[in-house]
Amino acid sequence: MNLQAIKVIYKSEMSRFFRTVAQSFLSPVLSTSLYFIVFGSAIGSRIQEVEGVAYGAFIVPGLIMLTVMTQSTSNASFGIYFPKFIGTIYELLSAPVSFLEIVVGYVGAAATKAFIIGMVILGTAFFFVDLDIQHPFAMLAFLILTCLSFALLGFILGIWAGNFEQLQLVPLLVVTPLVFLGGSFYSISMLPPFWQKVTLFNPVVYLVSGFRWSFFGTADVPVGLSLAAIGLFTLACLGFVWWIFKTGWKIRS
Amino acid sequence: MSSIVSVKNVTKTYDGGFQALKGASLEIQEGEIIALLGPNGAGKTTLISTICGITTMTSGEIKVGGHDIEKDYRAARSLIGLVPQEINLEPFEKVIDTVSFSRGLFGKKPNQEYVEGVLKTLSLGDKMENRVMMLSGGMKRRVLIAKALSHEPRVLFLDEPTAGVDVELRKDMWETVAELKKQGVTIILTTHYIEEAEAIADRVAVINHGEILLVEDKDTLMSQMGKKNLVIELNSPITAIPKALKSYGLTVSEDGLNLTYTYDTKGERTGITTLLTDIQKAGLTFRDVQTSQSSLEDIFVGLVQEDAQ
Repeated sequence: MNLQAIKVIYKSEMSRFFRTVAQSFLSPVLSTSLYFIVFGSAIGSRIQEVEGVAYGAFIVPGLIMLTVMTQSTSNASFGIYFPKFIGTIYELLSAPVSFLEIVVGYVGAAATKAFIIGMVILGTAFFFVDLDIQHPFAMLAFLILTCLSFALLGFILGIWAGNFEQLQLVPLLVVTPLVFLGGSFYSISMLPPFWQKVTLFNPVVYLVSGFRWSFFGTADVPVGLSLAAIGLFTLACLGFVWWIFKTGWKIRS
Repeated sequence: MSSIVSVKNVTKTYDGGFQALKGASLEIQEGEIIALLGPNGAGKTTLISTICGITTMTSGEIKVGGHDIEKDYRAARSLIGLVPQEINLEPFEKVIDTVSFSRGLFGKKPNQEYVEGVLKTLSLGDKMENRVMMLSGGMKRRVLIAKALSHEPRVLFLDEPTAGVDVELRKDMWETVAELKKQGVTIILTTHYIEEAEAIADRVAVINHGEILLVEDKDTLMSQMGKKNLVIELNSPITAIPKALKSYGLTVSEDGLNLTYTYDTKGERTGITTLLTDIQKAGLTFRDVQTSQSSLEDIFVGLVQEDAQ
């Protein structure tokens, strides 16, 4: 195991994060604050409680999930795509590192960044709404697993992407709609019966629901199912990454 | 001497069907400087990329320091430093950071002193804290070399190190290479500047159309194949070579004023004395004599042309 390599990849990715602190840090905080102001205070005050929780507080887990998912995907995909784009990938390919070490370095850093942003948003939320987290350890576990699994997804996308447009494609056209429609801002019980069934095909529903349960103790789907869903998603991503590793897909000619 | 890099019957066919290497074999000795000489598209970069692990080979076997580059890639790659042809650097990083990154990537513990030492030798001592994008093209190339040397490699690959580099920097680069050789580093460089190979290499390998056409000691190559030409400028033109001179294999220029005689510098007798005597006997007078030695370039062009036929 080349631990030094993991360390330097992780470190250099993190330093990029702190170098572009305004872009990677302030912008998600700012946009979440805007969500709180608009949905929490302005509109939220006219919305009745959802499942016994004030609407402003109800959207907190969803908001964190929305940001964490998009951030870990885009961080990881950019992290591995950038060396491909500027050509520095030659160094990774000629170094005595295994693909696993590369994945741990890049995915670990992307997940860490997303986790930090998630915690900052949570901190910001306390300024706007009253929050009481019922299962803090479960909350952390869900958050970490989500960061990791979506960073893995992002890593795959970054390997796959041939240009910047493709890099944006999946986060923009797939992840964002799935998160918005995955009950981030509503309980799926508010949907008409038919759409309640359809929405169960959206994997994000399980993640948001489980995460919200860790806050309020109420969930759209059973917590066990949520855990199974995120576990399955992580395994699927890991499997794909393993396949890339075996075949050298899109990396080694 | 044992070979530190051993390439056996390596073929590489790219996905599009293009065969870049057609059974290349090459033994590189520890401590030597070998120049891979070949025209553009000959397969130089593919060969280097394959040894370094950037491209996978279709068939064949490569060992570096006795380690198979596929089965034992960690051990093999740890020994190699690669300076790519393109200036591939992250523009926003600091020089010192990008070089330390390379060291870590190759599994070496951080060693600020060593990294700074490398940068100083490459005249980058005062640029360590600069961002890469602030540097000139020549400086960036030195950063690439520093990155390749950061993990103390035993074999250094330089892919067209002086392409697009000014004369002064080229001379600097040659000095650096000579210095590294002194430290025992084996150096493989690709180039299409013949003068570069002539100036710094111990051995020359000529590659074209994915095949190694020749590997030879540079000096042997020059002397073995380095024929000399003797041009005799006559006072009055001739239409045909006199019978008495037929055995010399002379060629006559179109205007009939120049006779060219080719001889081997290593031959026991060059035949010049008898030739000049015979010319006089044949009743010809001359006003000037010149000799010229073929350079590596002539040899190279000759080989590549032969290969094309």
